[in-house]
Amino acid sequence: MIIDGTESSLRAYLKTLPPVDEVGAHARAAMLATRSIKTTSKSWAIDMAISMVDLTTLEGADTPGKIGTLCAKAVRPDAMDATVPSVGAVCVYNDMVKIARTKLDAIGGTSIPVAAVATAFPSGRASFAVKAQDTKDAIDAGAAEIDMVIDRGAFLSGRYGEVFEEISQIREICGDKAHLKVILETGELVTLDNVRKASYLAMLAGADFIKTSTGKISPAATSPVVLVMLEAVRDYYSLTKTRIGVKPAGGIRNTKDAIKQLVLVNEVAGPKWLTPKLFRIGASALLNDLLLQRMKMRDGFYAGPSYVTLD
Amino acid sequence: MNPFEYAPALESTSIVTIKDRYGLFINGKFVAPKSGKYFPTINPSTEKKLSEIALASTEDVDLAVKAARVAYVKVWSKMPAAERGKYLFRIARILQERSREFAVLETLDNGKPIRESRDTDIPLAAAHFFYHAGWADKLQYSGNGSGPKPYGVVGQIIPWNFPMLMLAWKIAPALATGNTVVLKPAETTSLTALLFAEICQQAGLPNGVINIITGEGATGAALVNHPGIDKVAFTGSTEVGKLIATSIAGSKKAATLELGGKAANIIYDDAAIDEAVEGIVNGIFFNQGHVCCAGSRLLVQESIQDEVLTKLKERMALIRLGNPLDKNTDIGAINSAAQLAKIKELSAAGDAEGAERWSPACNIPADGYWFPPTIFTGVSQTHRIAREEIFGPVLSILTFRTPQEAVEKANNTPYGLSAGIWTEKGSKILWTASKLRAGVIWANTFNKFDPASPFGGYKESGWGREGGKHGLSAYLKASN
Amino acid sequence: MERIYVLKTYKLFIGGAFPRSESGRVYAVKDFKGKHLANTCQASRKDLRDAVVSARSAFPGWSGATAYNRGQILYRMAEILEGRTDQFIAEISALEGANPKAAALQVEESIDLLIWYAGWSDKISALDGSTNSVSGPFYNFTIPEPIGVVAVFAAAKPSLLNLVGAMASVITSGNTAVMVASEKFPLPAISFAECMATSDLPAGVVNILTGVSSELAPWAASHMDIDAIDAAGLSPKVLKEAQIAGVGNLKRIKTPPNIKSPKRILDFMESKTVWHPIGI
Repeated sequence: MIIDGTESSLRAYLKTLPPVDEVGAHARAAMLATRSIKTTSKSWAIDMAISMVDLTTLEGADTPGKIGTLCAKAVRPDAMDATVPSVGAVCVYNDMVKIARTKLDAIGGTSIPVAAVATAFPSGRASFAVKAQDTKDAIDAGAAEIDMVIDRGAFLSGRYGEVFEEISQIREICGDKAHLKVILETGELVTLDNVRKASYLAMLAGADFIKTSTGKISPAATSPVVLVMLEAVRDYYSLTKTRIGVKPAGGIRNTKDAIKQLVLVNEVAGPKWLTPKLFRIGASALLNDLLLQRMKMRDGFYAGPSYVTLD
Repeated sequence: MNPFEYAPALESTSIVTIKDRYGLFINGKFVAPKSGKYFPTINPSTEKKLSEIALASTEDVDLAVKAARVAYVKVWSKMPAAERGKYLFRIARILQERSREFAVLETLDNGKPIRESRDTDIPLAAAHFFYHAGWADKLQYSGNGSGPKPYGVVGQIIPWNFPMLMLAWKIAPALATGNTVVLKPAETTSLTALLFAEICQQAGLPNGVINIITGEGATGAALVNHPGIDKVAFTGSTEVGKLIATSIAGSKKAATLELGGKAANIIYDDAAIDEAVEGIVNGIFFNQGHVCCAGSRLLVQESIQDEVLTKLKERMALIRLGNPLDKNTDIGAINSAAQLAKIKELSAAGDAEGAERWSPACNIPADGYWFPPTIFTGVSQTHRIAREEIFGPVLSILTFRTPQEAVEKANNTPYGLSAGIWTEKGSKILWTASKLRAGVIWANTFNKFDPASPFGGYKESGWGREGGKHGLSAYLKASN
Repeated sequence: MERIYVLKTYKLFIGGAFPRSESGRVYAVKDFKGKHLANTCQASRKDLRDAVVSARSAFPGWSGATAYNRGQILYRMAEILEGRTDQFIAEISALEGANPKAAALQVEESIDLLIWYAGWSDKISALDGSTNSVSGPFYNFTIPEPIGVVAVFAAAKPSLLNLVGAMASVITSGNTAVMVASEKFPLPAISFAECMATSDLPAGVVNILTGVSSELAPWAASHMDIDAIDAAGLSPKVLKEAQIAGVGNLKRIKTPPNIKSPKRILDFMESKTVWHPIGI
């Protein structure tokens, strides 16, 4: 353990992290975005991206019917092509977890985990008791992954100990029943220095994954943000020999964006991270674009939106 | 084995038509050389011949200079400045339109990665024309008096490392200020200059305003020594620069010289390390290290040398060396057999003098000229690789303990072209910059170029500046 | 039988779109002989308010764009204008009573003026910026910066040249503009808006209103979100009223005498000086 969890040790530790030069980080991300992924590597990347998708619906209007069709899509993304892999997980609100779990089990998707957003998602503005209960409820209902939000207010006002404590306690509630993804909401942290600090804070407090965004705030998973988070998990590995996962979410809508993410993973954290165990993409519309591109690779001509299912 | 090994992503060459043989571009037309001689130009990544280039003799040079003189006297010097500017705008726009064609041709002829020719060389070349187009009718605001005058006919000689970009750096300010030009591209990289001649035709540029003569060292010497030349502009080695300075001594010819460098890239312990590592890589491996301002001496503060070295090696392992036409290539071919031999010779000297060499594993193609990205650690100031310009992807790593020591070591060279500073502390950037004896200082970045930014060196790195207001002065006789 | 030609509807140019005046008002534009040419919108204070909102929202993007990019867009306008020369010659001849040769000359000068200002975008800071030799271990430099949203009351004749020159000088540095065309000669302004709309110019950077200057000027002058006014087209009486109303936010109200001058660009810029220590 690098720190003992006290406010002062956290503050001291976070100060030792090297700063991020924003212009340089943007330039690096932009250079990697020019990588041109063709033919065999593109086919591989599309299937890998599909298997990394956390297929998500987080709407006030979600219903059991909507969750049902989402689960069906998660198991068999392309009804006409059984060679398409299943997605990485289904990501829903707390009260939809049971419905999703039941549906997945019923249609042959037992291996697909249900992820629940928790801790008063998306704002995180509730008492800790409520956040804890939120998490317990989700796990009891069958969630195998918890996507919690950090208290950005506490982080921005420098109360790192509070942020750390909250993550640690949710970590404890998750125990060995659920993987913990910690959402930094980088669009509210604004600077890349903050992204690096919050990444370390989450990893030190026991996150299995660090995740960019809730999807409710813009900007979300920009390339420079993902770059800095991937650098964080890479450097954390060389410190601790523990591999932490990364999940960009929000704004990744097409195949090109998804492949850019995989290039970032490959060239920043390294190929060891090219697995759904260590990299996920939070998305909904992305899946259909991946399927359309997959059809193009397979058939040699362009398909249209009428040839993929809505959800 | 990495499951995500990128498949080849080759840029198509069908956009480019290379003729079997090229003449000289004199007075608006391609003409056969009076010498009757031609020499081959090859693709350095395959060693295959691309075309044959005319070898201009003294007689050909004379014709070109005369054409430039006539164009100067009869057309260009009489033309309203704003109209001159419009020609430059046209050239900028046509270059933008045909940029991919130029990028592919540059990569074929030079060996540099298509990513660099496409994203850096050609867009910057167009930007130079655009920027200087705007100056043509604003010279009275350039700090050279209310009515500055051009020199007349300018002889320009450019190197092989950025053929098209150096052409733009030379021609754009010369034309904007009202001079006419005879330009000689480097012997191994003439093709984009010859394609540029087509742009001049498409732009309707009056005959003789730009003349392009190809050839070798003797052609360049004939140009420099021609009595009809009013000003010489040269980019290349310090050795040749000194020859030029000697040969124009006693004449009225003005000269600007952009010569060699041995830039220090200083990494302080409070730098943004990840971006600094990127800056080191970009500083020395950009364009195979064929960059006069390359950050070829890394000065890293001792307290962070292990961390920097570890990260640098990890990063270097990701560098992709190979076919320059592959869009994912980071390091292309060395431009010529002669240059490769020089890089090998200096690297061997590094070994012999006791420095430790390291390169990541990389597949060197069977044909063509290649050198892997290389670093030397344990280098001291006395080593040849710390003093001589290698002009290849070879980095010499030295350490320092204090800012004073960093500056002393950085300045301990006859060169003074550029330097880099990496620290998140602003006051230290400015302190270091104020002490460094170099013409261009990059802080928390490296190898950045812009037409609005003057470029050029102190000491043996040359005379004068190119770019910005200062670059205009090099082509103008100031008035009161 | 002679073909009946299609008449053009002249509308306002706000936020990249061509709306009619919210007031529903139009006024008749006549040619130099008094013959009816077109009905054009008579913009209201609310149209002005909308134009200011769109100019303000365009300001961060436009002032944050590279100077090179701004220069290229102004140059693009010149390209588009060049291709539509005949239309402007016709409008200028009809409105101003200029003979076709003089009208053509005005269009050519307008094109060249656009290019002239395009060239200034990345040079004005080299002209007016400085590093200052202060006593002490400080690096001290001064740079010109765009002032913000500028309202322009374009002078009348030559109408296209005045409009284009005022516009280009204001936006080349990164300002955004709300322009009120000459009341008597508004048609080239709206036709020029069509050039701008097809020049990669981001929506809202330039907005053009037609109408009665004396009606709009007091509202522009008292508007707290307009930073400066180019008052070249205002009468002395309206100008004085505007100067008094503009005191509210100490608006910079200028009447640059020369349509082609770097001074004109600097009239709508602020200077910023930065101090920074030098040390280890």
